[in-house]
Amino acid sequence: MSGPAVPAFRAAARFPAIRLYNHVVPVLISAAVIAATACGFISVAPNRLVSGESVALWLAADPRVTAALAVLGAALLTTAFATSNRAVHFASAGIAVTLVFLVLAAVGQAAHAQAASASKLTRISLGAAFWVMLGAAGLAVLDGLQRARAGILVQLAAVIVIAAGFAAMIEAGAFDALSLTHEYRTREAQFAGALTRHVELVLASVGVAVIAGFPLGVAAVRRPGWQGPVFAVLNLLQTIPSIALFGLLIVPLSAVASAFPSFAAVGIGGIGVAPALIALVLYALLPVVRSTVAGLSGVDRGVVDAARGMGMRQRQRFWQVELPLSAPVLLAGLRIVTVQAIGLAVVAALIGAGGLGSFVFQGLGQYAADLVLLGALPAIALALAADFLLQSATALLGRRVAR
Amino acid sequence: MIELEHISKRYDGRPVVDDLSLTVPDGAFCILLGPSGCGKSTTLRMINRLVPFDSGAIRIAGEDIRDVPEEALRRRIGYAIQSIGLFPHWTVEDNIATVPRLLNWPGRRIRDRVTELLELLRLDPESYRRKYPHQLSGGEQQRIGVARALAADPELLLMDEPFGAVDPITRDALQNEIARIHAATKKTIVFVTHDIEEALRLATVIAILERGRLAQWGAPIDIVEHPASAFVRDFVGGEGSGLKLLGLRKIAERMRPGESAVGVPLSADASLREALAVMTERHTDRLPVADASGRAIGIIMLADLVR
Repeated sequence: MSGPAVPAFRAAARFPAIRLYNHVVPVLISAAVIAATACGFISVAPNRLVSGESVALWLAADPRVTAALAVLGAALLTTAFATSNRAVHFASAGIAVTLVFLVLAAVGQAAHAQAASASKLTRISLGAAFWVMLGAAGLAVLDGLQRARAGILVQLAAVIVIAAGFAAMIEAGAFDALSLTHEYRTREAQFAGALTRHVELVLASVGVAVIAGFPLGVAAVRRPGWQGPVFAVLNLLQTIPSIALFGLLIVPLSAVASAFPSFAAVGIGGIGVAPALIALVLYALLPVVRSTVAGLSGVDRGVVDAARGMGMRQRQRFWQVELPLSAPVLLAGLRIVTVQAIGLAVVAALIGAGGLGSFVFQGLGQYAADLVLLGALPAIALALAADFLLQSATALLGRRVAR
Repeated sequence: MIELEHISKRYDGRPVVDDLSLTVPDGAFCILLGPSGCGKSTTLRMINRLVPFDSGAIRIAGEDIRDVPEEALRRRIGYAIQSIGLFPHWTVEDNIATVPRLLNWPGRRIRDRVTELLELLRLDPESYRRKYPHQLSGGEQQRIGVARALAADPELLLMDEPFGAVDPITRDALQNEIARIHAATKKTIVFVTHDIEEALRLATVIAILERGRLAQWGAPIDIVEHPASAFVRDFVGGEGSGLKLLGLRKIAERMRPGESAVGVPLSADASLREALAVMTERHTDRLPVADASGRAIGIIMLADLVR
């Protein structure tokens, strides 16, 4: 602090200015820090009936784990100030993947520590801070991969690494002290059945919607006069609230079942799988038909005119030109339909169709948040997985028909 | 020979093509010329049955086109359009091979034909055949469009403003290209444009259409020299038509053989318009003229241009 004051512009020239290259990572880290200081990392309740008490991260987890989280978080933050290049982006994605595992390990360790000093009835649940930190780390992984323009194979590899690591941690008993795991252990057989039923409901309803909706969409493109009435009906169906539609189907289907006992014999009735499937199919029809119409009528008119002018028959034009060129739009539609059906199928448990929704409604009835999570988390995971797989397929196809 | 006999077509009661009769001789480069909405594209698209007509008859080599199944007819006729319409998901080779594949040609014959056509369009076969349309410039795409139209060696080529969407320099090159291909293959070409310069440059015969009717039919020079109506005179270019006329005549027609002048000689094949341009540039009223081998054979004078 001696000598004359250096003018500001010269100081700027002498010391390299600190520049922020990535605005997403600092936001994510701030969110994680705020959540960790303001909310509980886990919550501990003496039994299943009373609500729990929040425990902060640094009180719940081993100080070494907390320190590791802080160090890695700081490391991630510094990448935001490093010059933008692919190596930096891959490094930040790598650090974020490690953070995901560390957050998971921290919650497992914290739960074990709490369980050791508590009775067998004690319920240990996941706190708000855990969810925000996990979400922030996950988004940082996505951000890093996107900035690095990682190809679909790299993204797939990252997903597989995270999923495999998570599975290994479950297998090693890392989460055994959490009440979510207790809920799962007491319902293992039920869970497998519910998951299978959920996937079956989704595949069957999307399958039927595609088989019925795709030809309907093609017909609507060929006869534009049909589009008005077809979309009017489908839009109307889409506006019926899902719970109401499931309820509305009970009356006509019970009537059918009692009028035709052979229908009842194969399981068609007012409640159960049949009305659930019908409702899911009805909801899926609009997006299927709409993306078919959008995809096929979006094909360049010059290309279709050339195909006609060179003597391709309608069938040849459809299979060789219109379908391949509209495939990215059709797949995007299939993605929307599948993700939507996975969510709606949760509600189907209300009319006895089973699936992951059965845990959600049981949990709601028993005021057991962990049981709700046991249904909701796998449904979210299914939706994310379906979204990712179909997005990858779209990207691979899009590369082939790049314009 | 393509004969259009009393063809009419209405859209919602409004006539687009009105009692049109034309006979395009074999080997002609026939240009359908007119302002937008005159029915020239509709007429072209009737020839390969993309647009049905209400009355009249169209015959190709004496055969009524309605007696031929439409896909079979179109596979016999080359078709190139302004938007090109290359299939973006197919390579150049697959695009060119479209009609030969529809006709079930054997693989080796298709490959050889693609090579031959790329060479005809002056594109290196080995570096172009595996490219996708989005990797090509606009001019290259249009060349592939022309190659695709020629692929199955059609008896007739229909072209709907094929060079309308490219820049002037590329258009100039493509016009040279199609003129060369026409001279080399002697295929009958029916070509739609609203560009009078393009028509005068390429056509052996021009049909000017006005609101679905034939306003005039004839060789380019006849149309410029003797416009049949005020509409044709305006369309062909009012005061600019004198220059267009010079552009259609060769120096050889007005040259004074045997005389000589100083300066770099012009080719006897060049147009009178080029002679005028060079005289203006050199501030002279006379230019030496040479034959194809560069030997001086005479002179052309300013007065000869307006004779």
